[in-house]
This record gives sequence, C-alpha cells and structure tokens, in this order.
Amino acid sequence: MSRLIRLDRTGHTELASWTAEDSESQRAAIEAFRRELDEGMLASATLADGSAEVVRELPLDADLVVLRRPIAGG
Amino acid sequence: MEAGVLSEAAAMPWRRRASEKTLRKEGRIWTLWSVAILITFGLPAVVLVWIEPLAFPVSAIFLGHAIAVLHLQARRGARGVKPMDGAATPPERRALGLLGDLVGHDARELLTRTGLALERGRLGTWLVGQEGAILVRPGGHRVHCFCVRVGEAGDLPAADRVAHLLLALREDEEGFATVANRNFSGASWRLRLELPGRVRPALAVTPPSPSPR
Repeated sequence: MSRLIRLDRTGHTELASWTAEDSESQRAAIEAFRRELDEGMLASATLADGSAEVVRELPLDADLVVLRRPIAGG
Repeated sequence: MEAGVLSEAAAMPWRRRASEKTLRKEGRIWTLWSVAILITFGLPAVVLVWIEPLAFPVSAIFLGHAIAVLHLQARRGARGVKPMDGAATPPERRALGLLGDLVGHDARELLTRTGLALERGRLGTWLVGQEGAILVRPGGHRVHCFCVRVGEAGDLPAADRVAHLLLALREDEEGFATVANRNFSGASWRLRLELPGRVRPALAVTPPSPSPR
C-alpha cells in the first residue's frame, strides 16, 4: 500500500493511498497530488536507499510521497 | 527545472550553488576573519603591556573583547539551529512519529535525546533542527551552521518543521546548502561551547564522514 501524505498543522494528513491493482485509488491519488501541487506544495518521494527525490508527477511505484511547504533561508 | 535540483534552489539563480569547493572557501574566509579579530585586539594589547606593564588591565579588556566577539559568532550559529523540545500535544506526537519513521533507528535515539535529526550526506554529517542545520565536515573538526526554515511554518508542529528541512536536504544536499543562509563556520569545539548541554552529544556522536567524492 502506497501513501500520499501532507505535512500540516495536525502533524500530517494522509490524502490518499493506493495499490498497483486498484486503478481507481491511483486516479484519486493523482488528483489529490495535482491539487496540492497547484496550491504550492512540493512533493518528495522517499526512495529505497533512504534518500528523497523531488517529483512533479505522482510516482505510483513509490511507497511514500510526502507533500511539504517550500523552505527559505532564515 | 533540472532533475534532482531543489525547487527552492532553482528559484535562486543569482546565488552560487554550494559545493565542496565553496564550503572549503567559506571555511577559510571564516578562519581569516577570526584571526583578524584576534590580531586587531590582541596586537594592541601586547604592545600596550610592552610599553607600560601597568596598563595590563586595559590589555585584558582588549583581549576580552576579542574573545567575546569570537564567542558571539559561535553563539549565533548555535542559536540558529533550534532543537526540538518534547512533544506535548497530539499533533506534535503525530509529527514526531512520522519524523521517527523518516530518520531510521539510529538517528531516532539521538533525535529523542538532543532534538536534532542526524543525516549523513556527501558534504558531511548534518544535524537538523527546526530553523537551521549544522554541517559537521568530514573529520569532525569544522562545522558550518546554516539558518533555514519552512517558509510559512506558523502552525506546524516542531517535528514537522524538522521533517520539512530533512526532506529538502535529502532531495538535494547542495541545493539545501545553497538556499540556507550561513551564520557561522569554525572549529567544532567553539560551537560545542555554545550549544545547550543536552544538544552537545549530537556533535560528540557524529563520526567522521567518508571523504567526499
């Protein structure tokens, strides 16, 4: 089960989850993903080696995709 | 946008991208600056005592001033990182749970003890707080302190702020160092003196990183 989560005031919110076999859940996740990006969120897919990758399209094979706000120099 | 480049760094084309070379150069500049401060205040102090030994209290004030400036530099770096405190509310606990999953087993224990998230990179070992990060360079002798935060973080739990920075760092380490503002670079012992007691072990347990490629 793959998850799309957003870091927010509640700690985090799970926006969608999907499996490789369920195209309906995949479509819902893609829609939720695009909606968040349109609102200025950035997406980060966690890779198997522990690193992360900036993504502009929802990687359906990723286990976890995290939506975060932009950072800036303090 | 180039693949693998942090979006925030790509939005700042006027800023030179951080790298092994730029960090080395910045380190040298900070060292020269520190030496210049010591000479500026130390030399008159020595000359004064040489001319008139009874003027040693004035010389001591000169030297004290130099030491105070050096301490203030390091303190600025130490205060910028802002470690996490305990998770008191449900959102904070929820955020901390996710951050714990992101950092992995070894770093989780350090996170609980010190409030900083440990992440190993190519430039060195990073210790990430709510509003900044410390980069311990390979060998552990020099640190760079960066001031960097979530753009609109007002309502975010502390652990979420750390998670934001950690994810950005993992996405593009050099981009992260490009976006962040520098507020100190110098010997790690100088920073250790200024860090709160509970945070100091984070520097102590940071082993030397492999040599950068």
